[in-house]
Amino acid sequence: MIDLLERQLLFVTGKGGTGKTTVAAALGLLAAGTGRRTLVCEVEPKGDLSAAYECGPTPFEGRKVVALLTAMSMDTEASLREYLRMILRVPVVGRIGPVARAFDFVATAAPGIREILTIGKLCYEVRAQHYDLVVVDASATGHIVGQLAAPTGINELVKVGVVQSQTRWMLDILRDPARTGAVIVTTPEEMPVSEAVDLAGRLQQETPVHLACVIANRVLPELFGRGEEHVFDEIALPGRRAELARSVGAGDAEIAAVFAAASLAVTIRRDGAAHLEHLRRELADEVPLMYLPYLFGRAHGLRAIRRVAQSLGEEL
Amino acid sequence: MAPGTARQRQVEQLLAAREVVVACGPGGVGKTTTAAALAATTVARVGGRVLVLTVDPARRLADALGIGGLGNAAIKVPDEAFSAAGVRPRGELWAAMLDMSESWDALVRRHAPDSRTADQILGNPLYQNITRRFAQGHDYIAMERLYELHEGGEYDLLVVDTPPSRNALDLLDAPERMSEFFSSRLLRWLTVPYRSRLVNVASRPFYQVADRVLGSQFLQDLADFFILFQTMRDGFVARAEAVNRLLRDVRTTFLLVTTLEAVPAREAEEMLEALQKRRLHLGLLVCNKVLPSLLSDPAVSRAAEQLAEKAPQLAGQIAEMLGDGVPNASADVVATVLGEVASSFANFRLVATREAELLGELSAAHEVSATVGYRAGNITDLAGLLAMGARIWGDEEVEEPPAPRSTRRQGQPRREPGPRPGGQRRRPRRQTAEGGTAPPAGTAPPAGHGEKAADMRRAERTRGTGGQPGGTSPRER
Repeated sequence: MIDLLERQLLFVTGKGGTGKTTVAAALGLLAAGTGRRTLVCEVEPKGDLSAAYECGPTPFEGRKVVALLTAMSMDTEASLREYLRMILRVPVVGRIGPVARAFDFVATAAPGIREILTIGKLCYEVRAQHYDLVVVDASATGHIVGQLAAPTGINELVKVGVVQSQTRWMLDILRDPARTGAVIVTTPEEMPVSEAVDLAGRLQQETPVHLACVIANRVLPELFGRGEEHVFDEIALPGRRAELARSVGAGDAEIAAVFAAASLAVTIRRDGAAHLEHLRRELADEVPLMYLPYLFGRAHGLRAIRRVAQSLGEEL
Repeated sequence: MAPGTARQRQVEQLLAAREVVVACGPGGVGKTTTAAALAATTVARVGGRVLVLTVDPARRLADALGIGGLGNAAIKVPDEAFSAAGVRPRGELWAAMLDMSESWDALVRRHAPDSRTADQILGNPLYQNITRRFAQGHDYIAMERLYELHEGGEYDLLVVDTPPSRNALDLLDAPERMSEFFSSRLLRWLTVPYRSRLVNVASRPFYQVADRVLGSQFLQDLADFFILFQTMRDGFVARAEAVNRLLRDVRTTFLLVTTLEAVPAREAEEMLEALQKRRLHLGLLVCNKVLPSLLSDPAVSRAAEQLAEKAPQLAGQIAEMLGDGVPNASADVVATVLGEVASSFANFRLVATREAELLGELSAAHEVSATVGYRAGNITDLAGLLAMGARIWGDEEVEEPPAPRSTRRQGQPRREPGPRPGGQRRRPRRQTAEGGTAPPAGTAPPAGHGEKAADMRRAERTRGTGGQPGGTSPRER
C-alpha cells in the first residue's frame, strides 16, 4: 500500500454525517505535522471545515490554519474566473460578474460543468505544485461519483471548447494511484456501511480514481477483554449484584442500572462490529480498513480534530 | 382499544385526520424505518389503506414487511406478516419504492405534447444527465410521486419517506424551483435561435464566455434540448404548483425524525425552522436511537463512582463469591471488569448528557413527540416496526421483541473480529496483533441479549424514570 500521505490528492467521501470533514481536517493536520505543505478544500462550503479548524472563514483564496496548512472552500464561479484568467488569459475578468447568474444556470443545467470546475481547480493545485498534498473534503456518497467521473464524461458531451481540451491532464493526475486516491469514511452502522460498500464498487467502475482506504469512524472501544464478559455476566446475576451493591454501599437498583448501561455499551459495540465485519467482507482484500475511536468527550472543534489526527497517525 | 393516554389519542387523531405524512430529517437517523413503523402501526390501530413510499430502502425493510422486494408499483404487505406479529390488522398496509429514473420518464411522457417529443426528450443524451443531476431533482420527484398517489385517491393515508437532502430547504422548495426553472429568463436565453443571441446586448457577454469555454456546438445541443424541454413547461409548472399546494394543505403533516447527535440534531433544527417559516404543519417530532435516561440519573452516577472507587478493594471478595465455578474470575479480572463497568458508565453518561442538551434545544423549538431508545440489532420484522410504532404512540409499556437472535446464534463469536479502537482504550491491545479477535474460547453462548434489554427496562422502571406516559424521559418535560 502506498502511504496515504505520500499521495498528492485525496478525496475524502462517505455518507453524510459519518465525519468526512473531521477525517479530512485530521488528515490535513497530520500531513502538515509531517512537514508537508498541505491544502484542505471543502467542496460544499457549509462552513464545517472552518468549524473543525476553528479558524474563521475559509475563502476560495485559502486561509492559513497552522504552519504549512491552508484551508479553502470551493467556489465554482471563482474557479472559473481563476481558470479564465490564469490558463486561458481571457480578458473577461471585469465582465464575468453580470453573467455569473447565467453561468450558474448553465452549470446547474449542463452536466458536469460545475464538477469539472471543482475537479479542475483541485488538479490545478496539484499540477502547479503549490502543495505537497491536497486533501478534499469531498461531496457525499450521492454526488462524488458524478464529480470524479466528470472529466471522463464531459468528453462525450462537450465536443469542442476549452473545457474539453483541458480534461486530459486532469485525467492523468486522477487515474494515477500513486498520486490520487479516494478515502471513504463510514461509521459502524447499517446504512453508512452499505453505502460505503456500494460506493467502493462505483468508484472502481465509473471513475478514474482508485480507492486508497476506508476509514471506520466512531468505533466504540471494546469493553471487556477475553473471558471478562463471562465474569461480568456472572457478577450481574441478581443475587450477586445485590451483594456487590451492599459491599459498594450503593442501592441495588442503582448498581443494576450501572450494569444495564454496561450491557447496552456491549450491545451497541457488538452491533457495530457486525456491520464492520460485513464491510471487511465486502471490500476488496487490498483495500485497507482503518478504525478511528468514538470520542466520548467533545466531538468537534480543533481539539477533537487533533485527537482524531493522533489516532489516524497511529493507524497509518 | 383502551381509552389510552392523551398522547395516544393525539397521535391517533393526527393519523386518522391527515392524508399525507411527509417524513423528513437528516440522513442516517432511521427515517425510512420510522416512516414504515408509523404506517404499520396506523394499519394495526387505526385502519384504512395505508401506503408507505420509501426512497432507497435497505433490503431489510422489504424483508421486515414480509414482501419480496420493492418497486415503483405498490405491493400489499400480507396479513400473515401481521399475524406473525400477533396483530390483526384493521386495514391494509401497502409499500412502494420510488424509482427515480422510472418516475422521471413517466413525468416526461405525461407532460410532453406528443409521444414523438417525449421520445426525443428521453433519447437525448443530455436528458439522463440533467434529470440525474438537476438540483433538487430527486426531491421534486418524490413530491411529484406523492401528489400523483394522493390524486389517485386509492389510499387513506400516504406516508412518504424523503431523500436525504444536502440542505434542509431543498425538499420544501423543490416544486417552486421547478416552476422557477421553467419561467427563468435564462432558459429563454438559451433557447432563442443562435443568431439572435448575438444581437441581444444583455446576453452577449455570457455567450462570448460560454462559447469560448464550452464551445458553440455544446451550447447548440443544450439549446436543442431545452427547446424540447420547454414544450413540457405548462404541464410542469401547473403540476409543481399543485404539488406545492398539497404540501401546504391541511390534509398534510410532516414527521421530523432525528437522532440526538450533534450534526443531525443541528440539521433537524434547521429543518424545524424551515417548516415553521413556511407555516407547514409539523405533526410529529421523533428522536431516534436515544440513550436511556438512567445514564443521566445522578443517583446512578454516584453508584458508578462508588463502584469505581471501591472496585480494587472489593475485587478479592467478589472473586471469592464467584468461586471456582466461574473460570477466569481472579481478583485481578474482577477488578478490571468492575473498573470497565464504571468507566463505561462515565463515558456513556457524557454522551447522554450531550443528548439531553440537544433534546432540550429541540424541545424548546417544538414539542418532542417521542424518543425511541437505542435498540439492539436491526428491525427485521413487522413486530419490530410495530414496537417502534408503539413508542411513537406513547404506549406506557412496550414489550419489545427480543433482539434478533437468529443472526447471533449461528456460531457467531461473542466478540466479533473487529475494530481496534485506538485512543479510547486504556489498556494495551489484548487481541491478536491485527485487531482480529480470535473467537474467544470458553465464553458463554450469546443468549444474554434479550435478557439484558429486559434488565435495562427493569432497571429503568425501578428507577422510576422509564415507562412514563408518553414513554418520554423526564428531561423532556
